[in-house]
Amino acid sequence: MSVVIKRFPVKLDIRNGVVDLTYGSGGRAMAQLIEELFHKHLDNELLRQANDQAAFDVSAGRMVMSTDAHVISPLIFPGGDIGSLSVHGTINDVAMAGARPLYLSASFILEEGFPLIDLDRIVASMGKAASAANVPVVTGDTKVVERGKGDGVFITTTGVGVVPKGVNISGDRAQPGDVILVNGSIGDHGVAIMSSRENLEFTTRLESDSAALHELVAAMLEAVPDIHCLRDPTRGGLATTLNELAYQSGVGMKLKESAIPIKNAVVAACELLGLDPLYVANEGKLICICAEEHAQDLLQVMQQHPLGKKAAIIGRVHEDPNSFVQMETRFGGSRIVDWLVGEPLPRIC
Amino acid sequence: MCLAIPARIISIDSATDMATVSLADIEKQVSLALVSDVAIGDYVLVHVGYALNKISIEEAEKTLAMFAEAGLIGAQP
Amino acid sequence: MKYIDEFRQGRLATQLAEAIQHTARADRQYRLMEFCGGHTHAIFRYGVQDLMPENVKYIHGPGCPVCVLPIGRIDSAIHLLENHDVILCSYGDLLRVPASQRQSLLKARAAGADIRMVYSTQDALKISRDNPTREVVFFAIGFETTTPPTAVAIKQAQGEDIKNFSVYCNHVLTPAALKSLLELPEDHIYGKTLVDGFLGPSHVSSIIGSRPYEYFTRTYHKPIVIAGFEPLDVMQSTLMLIRQLNEGRYEVENEYTRAVTYEGNQKAQALMAEVFELRDSFEWRGLGNVAHSALKIRSDYAMFDSEQRFSIPTSRAAEIKGCECPAILRGARLPTDCKLFGSVCRPDNPMGACMVSSEGSCAAYWSYGRFRQSQTVSGVESVA
Repeated sequence: MSVVIKRFPVKLDIRNGVVDLTYGSGGRAMAQLIEELFHKHLDNELLRQANDQAAFDVSAGRMVMSTDAHVISPLIFPGGDIGSLSVHGTINDVAMAGARPLYLSASFILEEGFPLIDLDRIVASMGKAASAANVPVVTGDTKVVERGKGDGVFITTTGVGVVPKGVNISGDRAQPGDVILVNGSIGDHGVAIMSSRENLEFTTRLESDSAALHELVAAMLEAVPDIHCLRDPTRGGLATTLNELAYQSGVGMKLKESAIPIKNAVVAACELLGLDPLYVANEGKLICICAEEHAQDLLQVMQQHPLGKKAAIIGRVHEDPNSFVQMETRFGGSRIVDWLVGEPLPRIC
Repeated sequence: MCLAIPARIISIDSATDMATVSLADIEKQVSLALVSDVAIGDYVLVHVGYALNKISIEEAEKTLAMFAEAGLIGAQP
Repeated sequence: MKYIDEFRQGRLATQLAEAIQHTARADRQYRLMEFCGGHTHAIFRYGVQDLMPENVKYIHGPGCPVCVLPIGRIDSAIHLLENHDVILCSYGDLLRVPASQRQSLLKARAAGADIRMVYSTQDALKISRDNPTREVVFFAIGFETTTPPTAVAIKQAQGEDIKNFSVYCNHVLTPAALKSLLELPEDHIYGKTLVDGFLGPSHVSSIIGSRPYEYFTRTYHKPIVIAGFEPLDVMQSTLMLIRQLNEGRYEVENEYTRAVTYEGNQKAQALMAEVFELRDSFEWRGLGNVAHSALKIRSDYAMFDSEQRFSIPTSRAAEIKGCECPAILRGARLPTDCKLFGSVCRPDNPMGACMVSSEGSCAAYWSYGRFRQSQTVSGVESVA
């Protein structure tokens, strides 16, 4: 009888252990981290092959690839963490092309000293998000940097997907006469993050809206294949993303402030901090621009989906060589909704 | 520097002279060092982490009535 | 949100706009200066100007303490950081204001200075407690709304025997600024400000009361209406000013009665008087040196005065060439009169404070209103 020597002499001490430099060096320690932590939560057939890459068949047609680095602080916040965020964020970027997301890769830059229990929680959260979305993480990478050279953990996720035939979504396709829709309330994520930041302390039951939107997009495309634009308003908020689209398409936009869905808690937090909710980040929202004749159908489909219950038409596209995004205020006056400049520092005045 | 927002006092800690105020679903700690005679349920103006003044509910109602009245006067030919 | 939403109702806005249309006489101009950064912001954010008749115009005055802070004071703060190992605590607005040599506090931070944004003086005190071996300097700016919180912090530091906290004091006074504006001579560089009446600041007034304004109406015969913060307050106050002007009255009226009384917040006033005293003179952007317009820390609290604790040289910095902030702050020129506006000077590359602070005229014009085709104030024609 032959004795099989245990692969690793001691099990990873997830409860009390921390990341040290050996975990990134490519040797046994790293292999153990991958097996006992990453694979535990991200388990799928391709990942189990434990190659440096994942090989898979693709269907003929157009493919989409997107990548995003996540450096959020704090790492854990009401309604999510950097793990679920990195999964949702990249799935959404792929979905905004109208594509069905297929696979994700995840690369981790860990800081020496980062508690394994936090890493475990974050990767578990990624695993949950990935399997709920049915988009597995099939390959990855781990590096470790010295203490002080990283913010705990940075995660970069890349996603690939396939675009169904007949779908041509692009930021330059908005046309005069088109209608602008969102799938729900804006500013939730940014406010949830701020509530956990140290010196802007306030308490709220508000949670981040971090969510994977690909199934909502699929439902929308089934109803209306010819959607012109889709984009998720993450950093910079609704205002910045609309300005991007207006600029790309060479058109102007007019919004109606009273039509934009926004939670009371978000309004209140922004009032207290002197921020404009239009510039606050979202992680589970999309902007959709379509021809007028499809607007009502789209709205209905969105409202029937759990992630679109508060969907609304918020404005229209018109001709404008300046590509201004304007808004009719709740008050009846007009104002420009400009690009975000610099960092949104809370106002006191 | 004027950004001050009315919020409702929901609890008071006399030992630290701080209060918890609520605005819609948001709660924040503010200092009461600049006000006196405030009670739970009062509305105060909040500015840079401090309560600046109590809001007079009576005057608030009067002001709103004044707006409505001005509107009526405007409507007359 | 109670006491906020009611004062933003669109329906009442329409009614008030109609009342203003009816009351404003067609045969004259109504040039109304609003003195409070919050009013500038409200007017632009809600598009209140759009609801006014052609002959009712808002002029934006020096109500933005970030805007009126002379460049030299920021240079001095940067100099302090370069020569001493301090933690500088600052309100957010101040971080991006351009100082001399294309510097700013934000750039200084990127270059390694320990500058922390705080929301409250309480945060600065906490940083002091958490870092007992390091010196903490709080960059205090603001009118009388923001001054009492600084006074509280200093007294609290004294009470707790905190040894590493001090304040770089740049607090300024509203009545002095008002006086200075009303006494401005016509100036071939800065132009002339023509103002018929004033919208008084909301929260400064909740601290100082309505009494201090009586001197101005009596002496200069221009009406003042203390206006609340919300757009309906601004409109109602506008209506009250128009009525006064029509009737030839020049009184102090208080629209913001829910927060402003005749005497003001006496507890806050007493605290300010205990900790601060008047400086003989202080330089204001756009107004030059103004006597008795600013505060310094009393000698009883000298250990909390950064200017006593550290040798901070006074810096006289030149205005950036072509920057019209001074004239704009006085209401004598519009942002669109400035050659740098929109070309070199934009929110992402501000040349002057008026473009940095979200209360500044230039930033408000740029961010909220540059689709307007033309504006006319006091005969100055410009294209927005």
